[in-house]
Amino acid sequence: MTINTLSQDGVQRQQMPCLTKMERMIISMQDPDMGIKLRNQRLLITVIPHAMTGLDIVEWLIKKCSISDEEALHVGQLFVKYGYIYPLKEPRNLILKADDSSYRFQTPYYWMSTRWPASELDYAIYLAKKNIRKQGELIEYEKECYNALHKRINHTWDFVVMQAREQLRASKQRRKGDRIVLECQEQAYWLVNRPPPGTQDSIDHGPERRTTNTRVQLNAEFYKKEIEHNRISLARNRVKSSICLESYVKYCEQYQPHDPIMQGCLPSNPWITDDIMFWNMNSETVALPTKLRVERWSFSFMELLNDQMGRKEFLTYLEKEFSAENLCFWQACEDVRHGETAKIPEKVDEVYKQFLAPGASRWVNIDSKTMEKTLEGLKRPHRFVLDDAQMHIYFLMKKDSYPRYLKSELYKNLLARAIVPQETKKSVFPFMRRQRHSSPSPALATQTAEDDGKAKYSNSNSGTASRL
Amino acid sequence: MCDQTFLAITFGPCDNCSQNKPLMNIYLKNEPINYCSLCVELMACQGLAKGETTNTLKAESESLKAKLEEERAKLHDVELHQVAEKIDALGQFVMKTRRTLKGHGNKVLCMDWCRDKRRIVSSSQDGKVIVWDAYTTNKEHAVTMPCTWVMACAYAPSGCAVACGGLDNKCSVYPLSLDKNENLAAKKKSVAMHTNYLSSCSFTNSDMQILTSSGDGTCALWDVESGQLLQSFHGHSADVLSLDLAPSETGNTFVSGGCDKKANVWDMRSGQNVQSFETHESDINNVKYYPSGDAFATGSDDATCRLYDLRADREVAIYSKDSIIFGASSVDFSLSGRLLFAGYNDYTINVWDVLKGTRVAILFGHENRVSTVRVSPDGTAFCSGSWDNTLRIWA
Repeated sequence: MTINTLSQDGVQRQQMPCLTKMERMIISMQDPDMGIKLRNQRLLITVIPHAMTGLDIVEWLIKKCSISDEEALHVGQLFVKYGYIYPLKEPRNLILKADDSSYRFQTPYYWMSTRWPASELDYAIYLAKKNIRKQGELIEYEKECYNALHKRINHTWDFVVMQAREQLRASKQRRKGDRIVLECQEQAYWLVNRPPPGTQDSIDHGPERRTTNTRVQLNAEFYKKEIEHNRISLARNRVKSSICLESYVKYCEQYQPHDPIMQGCLPSNPWITDDIMFWNMNSETVALPTKLRVERWSFSFMELLNDQMGRKEFLTYLEKEFSAENLCFWQACEDVRHGETAKIPEKVDEVYKQFLAPGASRWVNIDSKTMEKTLEGLKRPHRFVLDDAQMHIYFLMKKDSYPRYLKSELYKNLLARAIVPQETKKSVFPFMRRQRHSSPSPALATQTAEDDGKAKYSNSNSGTASRL
Repeated sequence: MCDQTFLAITFGPCDNCSQNKPLMNIYLKNEPINYCSLCVELMACQGLAKGETTNTLKAESESLKAKLEEERAKLHDVELHQVAEKIDALGQFVMKTRRTLKGHGNKVLCMDWCRDKRRIVSSSQDGKVIVWDAYTTNKEHAVTMPCTWVMACAYAPSGCAVACGGLDNKCSVYPLSLDKNENLAAKKKSVAMHTNYLSSCSFTNSDMQILTSSGDGTCALWDVESGQLLQSFHGHSADVLSLDLAPSETGNTFVSGGCDKKANVWDMRSGQNVQSFETHESDINNVKYYPSGDAFATGSDDATCRLYDLRADREVAIYSKDSIIFGASSVDFSLSGRLLFAGYNDYTINVWDVLKGTRVAILFGHENRVSTVRVSPDGTAFCSGSWDNTLRIWA
């Protein structure tokens, strides 16, 4: 057999990390002290050494990795699927059974990491051997492959048959036990590399990935950029781990009641109970929001703005304070930043007329330095020309209006009136599946909105006002 | 100037500009190099300082990297699991498959949720992109792409369009029409053009811009209407496999991960790589931001998932186990960020406690690799897509 570790185009195939890990585990399984206890297995009249049962494998995995039965069986299955362990008795397919069926370790010669890809020539020799050994031993798909190969590499067929005959003759010299083992090993190898139709292909890895990109030249230019980047990174301000990590704990704690997977949701999780009440109660256009939803607005300014209803409430509050133009300006800037490139000049012009021009109807209060810079930039409008002004107004709202909103009557009132949904009572007949109602597609909803001529801001959609 | 032999005795790619030209064999610091005459002249005038070669620059870069790791380690005064000791451990965790979506004829490669919390789009190896109402399991739209291996798909924020791409090196946007007779492929807009496969795409805050990552080693920001390239991001030295937009107030950064084992954080305005992390031992398959935007998680072929903090500027947690041998193909956080769902190439989904670093549960069910895992926008469920041609909704 030829040893062939180069792939088609001569590029040395990278060892897959999973194969290295599997091999490491296989080696520790064969450790004389801590490994699996191997014993002799009787097959009819021959005795095969160094065999183990499926149960042995599973139990060893449970002990070594501290995992459950199910997981150990699953991991064991992978070893068999990738050809590192093979079954001795019929039927010889690549499945692990956690009983007393016997298995053996595959010889490293046939490991996926040492012999890949399997060549057509080798497969032809293998099939020829099978054919010669016992007429009619080839299974249906093997017959098809044999015939296809015969056509494809016909020019080497004499060599193939000769090799097959030689190998069969050599194997006759061996002891029965060795012969059986070699046959099993070879068969397992080919089950992995030429899987029968209908079984999984372990070798299928998806499109080729390149770990060194020929487009990116590792030349002086590249390294100079790297050096610059590393210098800047060195100079960066870092925060102590203790402070950063504390913030995750706080975040998780704060959001836990809002996490349906962690703590469930009221009235019930639609996916579990087939009841979409939860979605209806939290939709964009509901009359009265839920308490959790209103509470969430107090977590951060971004939470308030991300919720359409929260934004509307905030706008109402700002109108009372006569500073609504701030939020409108911020929204207009968002529209510029995320909108069509072609429309930027006209949008920026609109913004200037409405918010920035002296004597504008909704003039926003920006500090003089930022205003100067912005007005200068307006001469050549681009996507980010309003960024500084937008940032200024955003932080103004965040530091000033937002905290006051949270203390206002408007907010406190809403929070008091907000609903706490009742948990859905479990249905009396748990096996009766509720009807799953469909909802109008967002694609339809937006068409109607457009027809109304409403201006579209970035977060204004996903309005599936579901009706039951 | 250095010693030169003015004999052009070889013809081939120049070490500097890689064009095929007659080469001059010169020596710099006893190292022979092959430059074309133009590059030799340029070098003499400017560019490389005296005595510099690619190798010396590489060595300098490596030593700076080592110093950077030292600096990062200095402020690391506590481990995440230590901080998490005071929190209660999570109880018995039960999640089941609530919906199985069958309909793809081949491996499912990618999926994305619609903001309406129940619709999804999925793409597969056979070129089909399907929009489902996952709640009712009805298929609503189907598009056949002109290529196989559609590795990236994304739902537009408005819910009116989907973007997808793969081995065609492009990202195309299909407006979703409700007219049954309309052929969706007719209205298709070709937006992005890369020079290698498209690995991932995502809409920014609106339907008008798309961020893409590609096997050509770059990421790019495109204007959907005109197809214009707004910004490109260079810095990876191998295929870029995944990207994720930061949920921050200013909405200006994103993170990408690739086959060069690096995770890079980029500024969308300037195109600059602002932060870089390189601790994985193999390809990074997927990157996802922590909900607060202060950190991100990665899933890699080295069978680990890792958490990187942006303010501490370092890796802060590794999620791995002896029995997990195969690479993590996809990761996503639950709404509170306490749980990390990771899909693996060994057909399982492992659920990790982000703070304590332990595994909470292992979910069986798929019969082939799990290629994509995404939590729904309101956190009520997550969807997994697999090479066994199905998608499952778990809750």
